[in-house]
This record gives sequence, C-alpha cells and structure tokens, in this order.
Amino acid sequence: MQQIFNFILKNSYRLLFLLLFSISFLLTVQSHSYQKSKIISSANFFTGGIYERINGIHEYFNLKTQNDELAAENARLKSILFNTKDTTKTKEIDSIRGVKKSDVIVSKVIHNSFSVYENFITINSGAKDGVKPYMGVINDHGIVGIVDNTSKNYATIISILNIESKINAKIKKSNHFGSLIWNGKSTGFVQLIDVPRLASVRKGDTIVTGAQSDIFPENIGIGTIDKVYKDNQTNYYTLDIKLFNDMTNLGHVYIIKSKNREEILKLEEKSKKDE
Amino acid sequence: MNSALLWNIARFILLLAAQILVFNRIDLFGFINPFPYILFIILFPVNGNKYGLLFFSFLLGITMDLFCNSGGVHAASCLVLAYNRPSIFKFSFGLSYEYQTVKLNDVLTPERFSFILISVVIHHFILFILEVFKFSYIWEILVRTTLSSIFTVIFCIIIIYLIKPSKR
Repeated sequence: MQQIFNFILKNSYRLLFLLLFSISFLLTVQSHSYQKSKIISSANFFTGGIYERINGIHEYFNLKTQNDELAAENARLKSILFNTKDTTKTKEIDSIRGVKKSDVIVSKVIHNSFSVYENFITINSGAKDGVKPYMGVINDHGIVGIVDNTSKNYATIISILNIESKINAKIKKSNHFGSLIWNGKSTGFVQLIDVPRLASVRKGDTIVTGAQSDIFPENIGIGTIDKVYKDNQTNYYTLDIKLFNDMTNLGHVYIIKSKNREEILKLEEKSKKDE
Repeated sequence: MNSALLWNIARFILLLAAQILVFNRIDLFGFINPFPYILFIILFPVNGNKYGLLFFSFLLGITMDLFCNSGGVHAASCLVLAYNRPSIFKFSFGLSYEYQTVKLNDVLTPERFSFILISVVIHHFILFILEVFKFSYIWEILVRTTLSSIFTVIFCIIIIYLIKPSKR
C-alpha cells in the first residue's frame, strides 16, 4: 500500500497529464464518430449566448448582402405568383412538396465555420422552438446541413461541408441516386459518389435531394454538376457539384420537421428483426 | 506572487477573447488560422506551478473546443505542449534554464525565437493530426501545420512586443 502511494506521489505530474490527456483524447474520438450527441458542443447557454452577441455586431456589417438576397427571393416569389396560369386557383404557399407550412422553423445562423474538415454551424433556436436532432436544414438556395445537438435555445448543425456527412441525392432529370460527400478541398464544391454508369450525366445538370433520405424532403436543390470523373475499377461516376449555396455566407435558415422519420425507422427496425 | 497570478488570469481571459473574437475569423485562403491563444502556455512563468499549468492548459483548450465544436482537439494539443514545455526550455536555453530566470516577454533573441517556434509547431502538429484524424490526409496536415505555424509565430511575436512592459 505504501509503495502504491509513493508511486502515485512520485509520478503525480505524469499521471495528471495522462488523466487529462485521455479525457481530451476520448472527447476527440467521440467527436469524430458521426451523428452522436456530443458532450462538448457550442449548443449551450454559454457559447451560444456569446456567439449571439458577436453575431449581432457582425450582422450589422452584412446588412447589404442580406437585403439583396431578400430582394432577389422576393422577386423570384413574385414572378411565380404573377405567372401562374390559373389565377382563380388557390395557391400552395410552400414550394416544398410534402411539407406543410407549420413544419418549418425559421432560424438564424449565429456562428458558421468552413475552414476545417469537420464544420459545424450554430443557430439561435433550440429545443424550445421544437428543433430536434436529425432535422434537415435548408435556406432558399438549397440544403445547408443536418441538426446535430440541441440545447434549450441553441442548436448545432453538421454542415454539408463536413467530411463525415453523407446525404442521399439524385440527378434531377434522371432519378439516379448517389451519396453526397465533401472531400474537404473547396467550400464551393461537394462530391456526389456512387452514381451508376447507366446514368447520363452532363455538365450543368441539377442535383437535388433524393427520396431515400428520411431527413430532407425530396427535390430540394443542392447544386449543378461541374466535373465528371469515371472510376474504372468500380463502374461508378464521381461528380463534382457546384453548390447553389454560398456556405461561407449564411443568414436565415429553415429547419424542416420530418414527421415520417420515426415511422420509417421503426418500420425498418421491425423488418430487420423479422429477418 | 499574487500579482503574477492575477496577470495569468488576465492573460488567460484576454487571449481567449482575442482568439474567439478576432483570430478565429481570419480565414486566410480558406484554411490558414493563426492560434495565438497558446501564448498563455508559452508565457507562463518558468518557475510557476506545473500542476497549475497543466490544469489551466486543459481549461484553455476545452474552452476553445466548446467554441469550435471540435471535441477535445485543442485540449489535447495544449496539454501536450504544457507537458513538454520544460524539455523545450532545456533545448532552447540550455540545461540550467531554471537558474537564469528566463523572461520571455523581452527583446527577441534566437533562444526565445526558437522556443516560441518549437512550441507552436508541436501544438499545431498535434492539433491538426487530431482534427483531421485520418492518415490519408498527411500532406494536408503538414501543409496546414507549416502555414498556420508561420502565422501564429508572427502574431505571437507581435503580441509579445505590444504587451511588453516598458522598463525605462
């Protein structure tokens, strides 16, 4: 017993280092496993509050671009409104099919990172407003990411600029599916992998979210094809997608409640058990 | 003794604030981020409490991780730097560094420069390895380490000169 105490006393500096280091290493490993609620995240009262303050100042310098964007969206919506053929028909207010207006939460980005390989966005609405993990986040240009962690007033989002994120997407005109990933190189481009060779892909084709995703509704814009790579070993295409969204400049975002997700998951669980 | 403690606490808060408010927003070419907040560990008194240094490094790193959503990356790299600080001192200032009472925030000599450089490179290398966490990205890790280190060293030296207490 005496010797154990002596050992601890002698090496206490090293042991303290090892203890603290293993804590931080565990936190690191845990943060790299995809979609697990993290202990250390900026969705909390302290960091969220500070980011909101900072954003209040930052937003002020950004007013002009935000105004331009709102004006552009207004113009687009007006053009839809004025160019409808049947003016007597009552209009569907929301352009996203399968999503009711009540299922969309409007929120504001208060912190956005895009310079590392695993990027996260912090927004200023949380569990209090009904935000839950695994909800899809979009803005008027296209998809932004998936909700990761929530606290009472804040939430973090896994940006599509995160090498761990994987989203089901398809080519709009041909319905061929692939997985959307990011290779960590450029903030303006993401990659669509595992697109079958049968698909006809051309530069400039539009990529939208696919129906297999239980997070995003179908047909939400992502970007256009910029480059096509053929993989000779696997018979699949890899496509460079130019994003509609400027991920370095995000203002207001919309969070989509997906009602069917739990039902789909339950059903899939059940069929797995039956096998 | 008491004023040294107060100085350290002030440094801790000010450097963290500067890092989060200013330096985290510098995205040079999209991927170069200077991290001058590690000046806290570099400038910690040579004869100060080493347990305290370890503990405060951990606290510093974990606060950065809270703001960056990065798990325990900053905490781990700060700890490695704090733990290896005596050996870096030995390397840069010679064996008897403890008796010379090294003061870092003073005129820049080659010894001081080498100490800052080695500390920054060690911290950044561990940081980027843990942040990327994939060995297939080893070139990107090396490039990021080199470029970010250069900027961090420049900012560190500028900050040291700015807050250097005037003696005359």
